[in-house]
Amino acid sequence: MDPECSRLLPALCAVLADPRQPMTDDTCLEKLLDWFKTVTETESSLLLLQENPCLVELLSQALKFQDVSSRILSFSLRLAGIFAAQENCFQFLQQGELLLGLFGEAGPLGLPAWNVPSVRSGWIQGLCSLAKHPSAEQFLVDCGAVDTIFSLQGDSSLFVASAASQLLVQVLSLSIQGRATPHLGSSDGDWPSCAQSIVGYLEESLRSGATPQITQALKVLTTTFGRCHHSWTEALWMRLSPLVTCLLEKDTVPTAHSLADLFLSMARSPTFGSSDCDLWVTLAQTLSCLSPTQAGPLALGILKLHVCPQALKTQAFDVLLQPLACVLEAAAQVPGSSGLPDGTGSNPTMADALLASTSSCAALLCQSLAHLGELQALPHSPRPWPQVLLLEATVMTLRFCSGSAVPISSVGGRLCGILASCIRVQRAALDFLGMLSQGTGACPQESVTQVFAILLEYLRSPESSPTVLKKAFQATLRWLLSMSKACGSNNPDPHTQPFLRELFPVMQKRLCNPCWEVRDSALEFLTHLTTHWGGQPDFRQALLASDVPELTQQLLQDPEAYVRASAVTAMGQLASQGLHATPSGPEHPGAKQKSLPQELLHILSLDSEGFPRRAVMQVFTQWLQDGHPAMAEDLEQFMARVFQVVSRDLDWEVRVQGLELARVFLAQTLGPPDCPYAVALPAATPPTSPAEVLRTLGRVQLLEFAFRALFDCDRPVAQKSCDLLLLLRARTAPGGGLQGAECNPEAVTVEAALRAWQAGEQGQPLGELVPEVVVAILRTLDLEGLQATLAESSDHVEQSPRSLLQDMLAAVGALGGHEADCY
Amino acid sequence: MKLYCLSGHPTLPCNILKFKSTTIMLDCGLDMTSTLNFLPLPLVQSPRLSNLPSWSLKDGNAYLDKELKECSGHVFVDSVPEFCLPETELIDMSTVDVILISNYHCMMALPYITEHTGFTGTVYATEPTLQIGRLLMEELVNFIERVPKAQSASLWKNKDVQRLLPSPLKDAVEVSTWRRCYSMQEVNSALSKIQLVGYSQKIELFGAVQVTPLSSGYALGSSNWVIQSHYEKVSYVSGSSLLTTHPQPMDQASLKNSDVLLLTGLTQIPTANPDGMVGEFCSNLALTVRNGGNVLVPCYPSGVIYDLLECLYQYIDSAGLSNVPFYFISPVANSSLEFSQIFAEWLCHNKQTKVYLPEPPFPHAELIQTNKLKHYPSIHGDFSNDFRQPCVVFTGHPSLRFGDVVHFLELWGKSSLNTVIFTEPDFSYLDALAPYQPLAMKCIYCPIDTRLNFIQVSKLLKEVQPLHVVCPEQYTQPPPTQSHRMDLMIDCQPPAMSYRRAEVLALPFKRRYEKIEIMPELADSLVPMEIKPGISLATVSAVLHTKDNKHVLQPPPRSTQPTSGKKRKRVSDDIPDCKVLKPLLSGSIPVEQFVQTLEKHGFSDIKVEDTAKGHIVLLQEAETLIQIEEDSTHIICDNDEMLRVRLRDLVLKFLQKF
Repeated sequence: MDPECSRLLPALCAVLADPRQPMTDDTCLEKLLDWFKTVTETESSLLLLQENPCLVELLSQALKFQDVSSRILSFSLRLAGIFAAQENCFQFLQQGELLLGLFGEAGPLGLPAWNVPSVRSGWIQGLCSLAKHPSAEQFLVDCGAVDTIFSLQGDSSLFVASAASQLLVQVLSLSIQGRATPHLGSSDGDWPSCAQSIVGYLEESLRSGATPQITQALKVLTTTFGRCHHSWTEALWMRLSPLVTCLLEKDTVPTAHSLADLFLSMARSPTFGSSDCDLWVTLAQTLSCLSPTQAGPLALGILKLHVCPQALKTQAFDVLLQPLACVLEAAAQVPGSSGLPDGTGSNPTMADALLASTSSCAALLCQSLAHLGELQALPHSPRPWPQVLLLEATVMTLRFCSGSAVPISSVGGRLCGILASCIRVQRAALDFLGMLSQGTGACPQESVTQVFAILLEYLRSPESSPTVLKKAFQATLRWLLSMSKACGSNNPDPHTQPFLRELFPVMQKRLCNPCWEVRDSALEFLTHLTTHWGGQPDFRQALLASDVPELTQQLLQDPEAYVRASAVTAMGQLASQGLHATPSGPEHPGAKQKSLPQELLHILSLDSEGFPRRAVMQVFTQWLQDGHPAMAEDLEQFMARVFQVVSRDLDWEVRVQGLELARVFLAQTLGPPDCPYAVALPAATPPTSPAEVLRTLGRVQLLEFAFRALFDCDRPVAQKSCDLLLLLRARTAPGGGLQGAECNPEAVTVEAALRAWQAGEQGQPLGELVPEVVVAILRTLDLEGLQATLAESSDHVEQSPRSLLQDMLAAVGALGGHEADCY
Repeated sequence: MKLYCLSGHPTLPCNILKFKSTTIMLDCGLDMTSTLNFLPLPLVQSPRLSNLPSWSLKDGNAYLDKELKECSGHVFVDSVPEFCLPETELIDMSTVDVILISNYHCMMALPYITEHTGFTGTVYATEPTLQIGRLLMEELVNFIERVPKAQSASLWKNKDVQRLLPSPLKDAVEVSTWRRCYSMQEVNSALSKIQLVGYSQKIELFGAVQVTPLSSGYALGSSNWVIQSHYEKVSYVSGSSLLTTHPQPMDQASLKNSDVLLLTGLTQIPTANPDGMVGEFCSNLALTVRNGGNVLVPCYPSGVIYDLLECLYQYIDSAGLSNVPFYFISPVANSSLEFSQIFAEWLCHNKQTKVYLPEPPFPHAELIQTNKLKHYPSIHGDFSNDFRQPCVVFTGHPSLRFGDVVHFLELWGKSSLNTVIFTEPDFSYLDALAPYQPLAMKCIYCPIDTRLNFIQVSKLLKEVQPLHVVCPEQYTQPPPTQSHRMDLMIDCQPPAMSYRRAEVLALPFKRRYEKIEIMPELADSLVPMEIKPGISLATVSAVLHTKDNKHVLQPPPRSTQPTSGKKRKRVSDDIPDCKVLKPLLSGSIPVEQFVQTLEKHGFSDIKVEDTAKGHIVLLQEAETLIQIEEDSTHIICDNDEMLRVRLRDLVLKFLQKF
């Protein structure tokens, strides 16, 4: 341990033990525990306690329970556990009966403090740290802790209950692994006594017929099989499996969720996955006897297993497909024509679950859709994947939700009523529909037509809620992308063109929607569309024939900041593709319109919110990178204006964006780096001289902006600027070349100004930045040193243990020196 | 208890409830869809409408040519528009004691009922209902009276003639009851019969029932009504809303424990969500105006327009519409906008709190102040000077048959730049537009109906749990156009009872109890005796006094000793004969113990037979039968009175007396 920390420790322990100085900050105690844990990982705990007797004193102080706050008591319990994890230290603490005092029956168990959940949690966590060695096992038995752990499993605090269950698993595994027991049979005598009592308790719980007890026992088993992969777990299962499988025989399985977790945890364990214990049979049986909603997560878990019999996987896949099969069957004119596994006809529980109520129907469908979506993304998704039928079922679900389905069957009629305007299902189905766009190669034209029709219906319908609409936009984009991928960019897809023609009138309406979320997602969608199809003649024609560009430009003045930001991005993209509205069009002869760059500059200077300003900077950077004509015109003057504005921005992200723009500008001004292996471009512009470059940078005010940013109070800004100046120095003042003017009086002035800036006096004028001065400054500044300092996280000083101890002491005013203030 | 159903329109109800001794009319809605069969009344001479060809029967008979005109492929009646009144033949209106009005849309037939049927009762309504109802009536009268039409068509109504007419005239129902609009004088007289009430105020009707208006959340001052006696409760739910719009929220809790819940006035567009429709309204409005077109919104002068203006207030800046003028044209526009601001106590909480700031509760005040919203009584006068296009015009009447809207449709109908947006759900927009076809103007239908939809109804019924639900027949089956939507109907247990126009329903519950008060001195004299734990009984001798439907038990007059004991009292004497009463008996006779007792008293040879209703104890020796049944015991012996009395006393030992 750091000697300085050792020095501070007694004072800190005194403060902690002093009930008159309550420690109000829990996080400090947590940090302290973390630190002790790290220290004991490398050092001997025994030595630590011997060198710092104050720690033992602190722990013994905790034994005087009346005097100690519940916070310190919990802390002491956990601390004792951390120290006692090492066996010799455990012995040391045991000699003083300290551990028995803290964790035994004479401990906090009977005290009022035990009612505080954090104390119970501290007790458990202490034991959790402690239960690492054979002596600990004996200690647990001796002090009667195991029974307390049993009762804590049903604790009112979920954290305590869960920790108790974990502890039980740890004790069980400690108890069994401690002995070299050759064979664990079903008779009690084979098992170590501590393990026996735990197993006995589990058996009793499983037999009890009370759901909470059964659930607790199942949780313990799940954790055990998840964590321990030794052969004894198999013996444990052999012993308990009759009791567990018994649970499946009831009419309704009350603990279905925990059972599924247990079986999945077993299936993932190498002990069971390969053995011939009837796990797969049990899983198949479980799948068939759980209710549809309960079986879903189990089926998904089975399908995600790496090792699993194919028949079981098929059964599990059918479980997930069944709700959709029901939907298809309800919509079908001829029963049984869906092609998916039999739905309602053969599985009345499925129909019951679907038709019982809106909530159960929505839950089941959403679960099924989410699980199928998850599966589709997996590399080993089930085969064969019924793409077409899934598409049809999803489209049909969406039609049921929108009320556009006209089913003939009575089940269909009821489903229609149940699903009508169910936003949850709409969102889930649109998400899944979007996912289904992957792998559309085998999709018949008819299915694709259906997909685009339903998407258009949702985009068009005034009934679509903003969140549903957003999902519809996302799904549409995915389908458009996958269609264009399938057909190649030069080969317009037969569905896309008519769809786009229908789309823009809808977009117009959405851009005028009073709900800002709708306008925002429409703009985002427009940006993506333009990025991908901005170059296609048909798209351009359809877009320009609509009012969409004008409406987008108008949204630059939207009252909602998010919308303005999205409008800026969208306009940037439209302009990149030459698709933005021409200023002072014939419809608005009187309107005095600024050019788009001017308008964006206006937003950058005056918008009160950060998002639109950040978006503007991104657009400018993008334009500059792409060599957008709007920027080419009088570039220097424009850049000068931008850097001037951005250097005063209050939002650090905008300033970082500004520096990114500066980097691009710098790179373009410098031209490509002199690379000996670079292929010389025939028509490359003649390389600009460093002095010329620096003059240009000075004219556009980039240098002043960069120097100012170097001392920015926000670290990312300073870092970015540092990188930028390093690049500049490497290319303009790499040792030789332009001679610096170290003794140049102007350089001295600039340096003085920079020093003032660093000290926080940003008002000081910088002086004239002639190339020589800049070179001199770049050479003088310790940019590498600055970069290294900035690279360290800002709280590296504050995170040291010493600082933690000092802070804690300072918080209670125990750091000397203040006594004199008392008059 | 009976319900007389006088209107078949589910949202414009008119029913009469006979409950105890009262006759209560619930709402007085006027079905105005009949006006769709008439030609529009143009405010400005319209060459198109005045030169329409006459329609004549197929046989060439031209006697209808003055009454029927052909316009845009449809046949219309060329006459003053007429309205379909509630059924007046079903019950004598002079027997109606009170009329309860639930909202201003449901009182438009009031003058027809109060002025021409012999009605002498009282009408109850809240203040906003009265004031805004008056505005609606005033507007209606004004719209019709300012375009005087000499002609009133009646020949076509002849049943034999009507049969020969094309649809929809052929199928129009109850044409003989259609009437012209009332006059302002009739309106004033009808409204003078209204007595104002506040929410939760209890109004006693002849001591028999109590009626209470409850906030229904649909419109300013709109109410549901609870009609209850001491042991029965009927709730009348009409035009309610659970959405957060301008009025006070709906009071659901007070509807609990109803024996009968009469449910009317649900949304007319159950598949349209008002939020989505408002979005649609705004975006269509913005797109039209952007393209230099005008927007026409046919509407009532009160109600949804307040919400639309509020929504536009927030929207116009974001949509760049700050410079577009909004015109609200109605003879009562000014009053409507001002009235809305003064009914603070009837508004939702948010708006109420504004009043204390103090700010006007509705933002249309600011729109008016900043000249963005202007209102005019009609297109004549100031409006024609200020009129600037493109613009947005809110005006009536939503039927498009009268009012300033007729002029704007004629004016703007030819340009595809303009748009008419229908927000009121009362009229089919296609029927409303029929006489204006062909129309180049764009038509957008976004009906905004905030009344309860079927999902909300089903939640409401679960919450308030009425024993029986009664509703118009339209609500017990899916709409005809969406027959598969089983969710678009009332689904409850037991199934709702449905009614249709001119039907009389016997409501499915019987009155079983009546509350009677006991005077304190009489109560004081009672000596209750506990016959079971928790149940005590006492006999009461008293005089039942009934007045104003209240029943009181009073102590009997002291029995004055008759001067002559032999004189028989007259039968008509209203003081009942208070002779000493035999004690009342209670309890049951345990047969085994009874037999033992009999044996103890020397009876022998006793046989007991079980019967369906009890037991027969046979005393063979004495040739006597004792029949013991649940509520009677008979001793049958052959004229041996002594034996009977002995046995009777033994029986009585087992019973309690009081």
